[in-house]
Amino acid sequence: MTMIINHPLLGPRDAAEFVYLGDASLINRPDPQSETAAEEFYEYLHLRDNNAGEHRELWYHEQGDRSWLVVTRNTLTHDITRVELARDVASMRANGAGAE
Amino acid sequence: MNDSNNTVGVNRIGQGLLASSAPVPFIFNDRKFHGLEGDTLASALLANGQRLVGRSFKYHRPRGIITTGSEEPNALVELGTGAYKEPNTRATVIELYKGLEARSQNHKGPLSFDLMAINDHLSSFLSAGFYYKTFMWPKAFWEKLYEPMIRAAAGLGSLSGEEDPDVYDKGFLHCDLLVIGAGASGLSAALTAGRGGLQVIIADEDFLPGGRLNFETDTVDDQPSSLWAANAYEELKNMDNVRFMTRTTVYGAYDHGVYGALEKCTDHLAGVSDLPRQILWRIYSKRALLAAGSTERSIGFGNNDRPGIMLAGSVRGYVNRYGVAPGKRVAVFTNNDSGWRTAHDLIDAGVNVVAVVDSRSISPLMAIPGASIAMGSQVVDTQGRLGIKSITLNDGRSVPCDCLAVSGGWNPNVHLTCHQRGRPTWRSDIAAFVPGDDLPTGMQVIGSASGSFGLAERLRSGHEAATDILVQAGSNVVAKRTPQAHSIDYTITPLWQVPDCKGKAWVDLQNDVTSKDIAQSVREGFKAVEHLKRYTTLGMATDQGKTANVLGLGILSEISGKSIEDTGTTIFRPPYTPVPIGALAGRARGKHFRPTRLTPSHQWADAHGAEFVEVGMWLRAQWYALPGESHWRESVDREVTATRESVGICDVTTLGKIDVQGRDAAQFLDKVYANTFSTLAVGKVRYGLMLREDGFVMDDGTTARLDQNHYVMTTTTANAVSVFRHMEFARQCLYPSMDVHLISATEQWAQFAVAGPNARNLLSNIVDAPFDISNEGFPFMACSELSVCGGTPARLFRISFSGELAYEIAVPARYGNSLMHALMQAGKSFNAVPYGTEALGVMRIEKGHAAGNELNGQTTAANLGLGRMVSTKKDCMGAVLSRRPRMNPENPIELVGFIPTDGAATLRAGAHFIATDAEATLENDQGWMTSVAYSPSLQSSIGLGFIRDGQQRIGETVVAADPLRNESITVKIVSPHFVDPDGDRLRV
Amino acid sequence: MRYSAFQVLKEGLTGNKGWKPAWRDPEPKKQYDVIIVGGGGHGLATAHYLAKEHGITNVAVLEKGWIGSGNVGRNTTIIRSNYMLPGNEPFYELSLKLWEGLEQDFNYNAMVSQRGIVNLYHSDAQRDAFARRGNSMRLAGADSVLLDEDGIRNLCPDLDFTNARFPIKGGLWQPRGGTVRHDAVAWGYARGADSRGVDIIQNCEVTGFTMDNGRCVGVDTNRGRIGAKKVAVCVAGSSGRVMSLAGMRLPIESHVLQAFVSEGLKPTIPGVITFGAGHFYISQSDKGGLVFGGDIDGYNSYAQRGNLPVVEDVCEGGMAIMPKIGRARLLRSWGGIMDMSMDGSPFIDKTEVPGLYFNGGWCYGGFKATPASGWCYAHLIATDNHHDVATELLLNRFKTGAVVDERGAGAQPNLH
Repeated sequence: MTMIINHPLLGPRDAAEFVYLGDASLINRPDPQSETAAEEFYEYLHLRDNNAGEHRELWYHEQGDRSWLVVTRNTLTHDITRVELARDVASMRANGAGAE
Repeated sequence: MNDSNNTVGVNRIGQGLLASSAPVPFIFNDRKFHGLEGDTLASALLANGQRLVGRSFKYHRPRGIITTGSEEPNALVELGTGAYKEPNTRATVIELYKGLEARSQNHKGPLSFDLMAINDHLSSFLSAGFYYKTFMWPKAFWEKLYEPMIRAAAGLGSLSGEEDPDVYDKGFLHCDLLVIGAGASGLSAALTAGRGGLQVIIADEDFLPGGRLNFETDTVDDQPSSLWAANAYEELKNMDNVRFMTRTTVYGAYDHGVYGALEKCTDHLAGVSDLPRQILWRIYSKRALLAAGSTERSIGFGNNDRPGIMLAGSVRGYVNRYGVAPGKRVAVFTNNDSGWRTAHDLIDAGVNVVAVVDSRSISPLMAIPGASIAMGSQVVDTQGRLGIKSITLNDGRSVPCDCLAVSGGWNPNVHLTCHQRGRPTWRSDIAAFVPGDDLPTGMQVIGSASGSFGLAERLRSGHEAATDILVQAGSNVVAKRTPQAHSIDYTITPLWQVPDCKGKAWVDLQNDVTSKDIAQSVREGFKAVEHLKRYTTLGMATDQGKTANVLGLGILSEISGKSIEDTGTTIFRPPYTPVPIGALAGRARGKHFRPTRLTPSHQWADAHGAEFVEVGMWLRAQWYALPGESHWRESVDREVTATRESVGICDVTTLGKIDVQGRDAAQFLDKVYANTFSTLAVGKVRYGLMLREDGFVMDDGTTARLDQNHYVMTTTTANAVSVFRHMEFARQCLYPSMDVHLISATEQWAQFAVAGPNARNLLSNIVDAPFDISNEGFPFMACSELSVCGGTPARLFRISFSGELAYEIAVPARYGNSLMHALMQAGKSFNAVPYGTEALGVMRIEKGHAAGNELNGQTTAANLGLGRMVSTKKDCMGAVLSRRPRMNPENPIELVGFIPTDGAATLRAGAHFIATDAEATLENDQGWMTSVAYSPSLQSSIGLGFIRDGQQRIGETVVAADPLRNESITVKIVSPHFVDPDGDRLRV
Repeated sequence: MRYSAFQVLKEGLTGNKGWKPAWRDPEPKKQYDVIIVGGGGHGLATAHYLAKEHGITNVAVLEKGWIGSGNVGRNTTIIRSNYMLPGNEPFYELSLKLWEGLEQDFNYNAMVSQRGIVNLYHSDAQRDAFARRGNSMRLAGADSVLLDEDGIRNLCPDLDFTNARFPIKGGLWQPRGGTVRHDAVAWGYARGADSRGVDIIQNCEVTGFTMDNGRCVGVDTNRGRIGAKKVAVCVAGSSGRVMSLAGMRLPIESHVLQAFVSEGLKPTIPGVITFGAGHFYISQSDKGGLVFGGDIDGYNSYAQRGNLPVVEDVCEGGMAIMPKIGRARLLRSWGGIMDMSMDGSPFIDKTEVPGLYFNGGWCYGGFKATPASGWCYAHLIATDNHHDVATELLLNRFKTGAVVDERGAGAQPNLH
């Protein structure tokens, strides 16, 4: 990962410092109390848009400050256009501001 | 040894740019030669009239040097001896040094009489793809006969078979501007950028900067071009903000402006050096200018591969830079103006030019007295077995010569523009591919790499590109003037293949691909350019087709009647030139392959007979052999018995430790653990089971509640990192509003298990008053912070993995080794023993605790007999998906214990369980043995394993089938709790 | 045209002018019984077996580019059947058996070279897991041998037995494993299918699925609409993109896997060797190149190229067990797009849309599976029943929990 991730707190960092998880939709954990929780959790954990193009995804700064980041990266070119703290994204979702 | 006494070389006609005329002795094929300082092996061999230097891959055709650079397909030699032996090195890039030893490759018998050359006579039967059509019968002959034959014949040089004795380093560099290539455009760009104050790195694969400026007789700013290059080098070298890297090949363009580069540090030095042989650089650039120049290509005509047939630009390059005339009677064959430059330079240097054959029907570009000038003509064939003797023209004329300089045109070196899958585009005016629009981020192409072949344009393109970058960076443009030069015209009328040529016309010289192979490939339907490449192996040799690919495409497009635009091109992949695997690995080899983590008591253990074992990155004590113990089992059995009878001590620091603090710590743990932790009392410890979100078991461990809002979790050694990551994911991404913080404290605390009936007695010797360690004051599953050994802060947990009365005691890591001393001292009167991971494993199997072999990511809580731990009263990660139907069958596989019915038998992990009356097949497979040990307590081999419906089948016998080791043992299914099943010993 | 040594001699004597195209280049018809989307190894194998084993010859294979342009021509050419789980092992063993008769079957020498594959182990726990796996293989009728350190020394004496950070304790050896000339597999299957009447149509990109009353009845392509009774997708690497045309989300992510080849060398590596404590495996091609690879880069990508740290990581693994390769040079690296599934295992299944079938999710194990994948997919398409050895490779297994997770890594594709 010679990619460079512009960490919102720490500035540009080599992607080798990070661990990759996957689609940022993993933030959107379904409601376990829902009547359709089984179906929702199945889809949440397993099904992917797997977009060829812009992709919002989770990276963890394991060899750094241990922030989880939401990185918007193009899967065709690897260009990164946006980096956010996952916690901010998750808080916005929790506060009903809605995930993008 | 047959020496060449001529220290100048029969073909040395001057000094070129060589700094000194002192002879440098070297050896080629056991023969001693002399070159000059500044020579390459190739120029020195040519100077000595050595035209034949190798044999081709398939037909073992005699081959000579055809280029001056890294694009060389033919002149591959083997260097060095013993462990230093290095195959497949291009003679054209080997800097000559005193005592250099080189050998030709890929021949049986002497180079001039290669027995494998028979293949050349069989070539009709060895055409493109012949091997796909035969060698199929009889079937068994492939591995036994055909393939070994093919393998022995294939390959080029050979490895020594010994460890590479050299050291390689890695380095990291950052810059505003990376200039790739130090020819006219690169130097011009670097001068402008450097004078403007940018942080510049300029790299060139050659040891003499200047690129073509050193091979041509051009003039820049009223100086000879090579002198201008030398002056530019001097100026750049002395700039603080410029790093000039010679002998450095930028081999790959990676994401986000990162480039890989290989610097050769000692390859050109005689003798052994303390320096690393090569350095692999990773260069982080904001902008990059690709100034990689261009490479000449040949033309397809009959027998165009003989030694002495060279690319025209290289022929004059040897004259101009090295003072070497590759021949005494040189003919030129060209389809463009640059062939005439060769004729011009040769004549200037006093070399006899016998013919210029130009395929274009135009007027001759110059008059050459005494030479045959044939316009609108072609060379159709050549003669001379080990070196060219004459050429045949299409009108039947034969011209004797000992060197033929061929120019089929020039290809911009677009390689790095393709590394991110950019597609070059065709420019018909120069009959070549130029970089496409889809360049790697931050890259711009200048000079002839961009298709600008005129010297004035090349110099200007570098200056202008650097000026733009300076302006964009807000820097002052100090150098306002482009270096001045006169551009010589370059016009070309493509000629790919001579019509009606006699004999084979070689396209890929190294892989022996001819124009006939291309025609056959098309005939057989392999006409997509990638199919052509893969079917014929065109461009797949060690030069990756630098001189061959475009020629091949041209011929393909002629044969298939499609334009080159429509034919398309294969793309280049990294590396630009081959990179030693040793350099890519750097120092991460041998014991340094991965870091080694030592436990806090490592020193003590090392001094007390410990045998160590790799556990992930950790080295842990496996057992402690006492004098006289000759087998590991003796030591392990003793450690287990001593622990169970009195007390044993084990360093368990490697278990992950995670500090969990905050007002919502309890609620958070309820989310990440399957069971409940919010109900745990302060001062107590609880076993916890963690699931992945998919409902399978992720990890287990104990978690202690030190305070209302303060827990300390332990994880398994293997999962310490992934569990922490998982919890941070939960904290930041799933439960961002919870007030909880996590700290990994694995390295901060040294932790020891103190186990056995005398554990409390031992510890009472070191805990500081007034701590009450009595069973009542500190019962099973209690925890506390305290001090030990007279004031050392510590944490004590009354937990047990061994099944004995046991504690784990933790102190700050820096006291770990001392605590080990203190514990052993305090245990002296109890004959305390240290125990290692083996005894730890035996005792946990005796107790039926799951460990790595059972927690392998494929098991559910129900499989482990822990199904009830998954709380149904609360949500936790993994709860919902753990309820999926196929994870909860009516008869799940379950963890149980096994003992052999024959008490003397030894169980083996990995055996599969089969009903006693059934055949050992997959259909009858009921489960498998996960862990086994010899239990000194039971004096029997015991095992844990998963078997279908195990809990219901206690007492049954099955067969532990192990066809792999040809064993089959009848075993009884028993409770996994072999020792103290009710846990009485824990609570005393 | 049948290939043989005689034919090679005959053509050689007549200037190699009589060779015929290995497959025809037909225009697409309006209607087929079966359309296979994807002219890679699996798609071509499926067509071959549909024609040969099921007599279904009114078949078109539609390929966006040139056949074999995907992962069948971008892998490290290894074949093996050393799997552990009952949902996998019989399938891969069928594949290995098919490899063993393949060349005679399709009359093309794909250089199936059974020189063995060994997976090294470095700890007792690894040995135990290999023993479990080796026994699973034996139970399924495959071959496997558990070697100790001496056994490995005999097999590959040039490994680092003295100074390794992770000592070599032994290995699981499958003598029938080996390598195959990868491109030739695509070409051989193409020839086999073509000779039985299958239309192989290159430069034909599927742009949509034609639906009629909820049933898939054909495809839209850049060369027009083509009808079919059954449409079978087989485009691993692009599964997500193609199935999204049918509105389907898959339990698959696309990742890049790099592979590497060195300059040609005289024979130095016996069979295939896999490092058990680092990311590295290696073999040597018939041409002499060391063919090696390691782990996926680890991030979603459709770029068919990788990055530098993985190159270095793989070479570190190589030097860690085999320090003699230090002076061999990396010649070329490339990347393929992998369909990384949620449990590391593939899919050969019907979809919820009648008439539409799906084959994908091969992670980086697709090459060795090519024959069995084609065999079982053809069986499914022809009979609408799953083949006996492919009953667990279902799309709905994450809903039911019947996962086939050989590594135990869970629903995170980049860990498989």
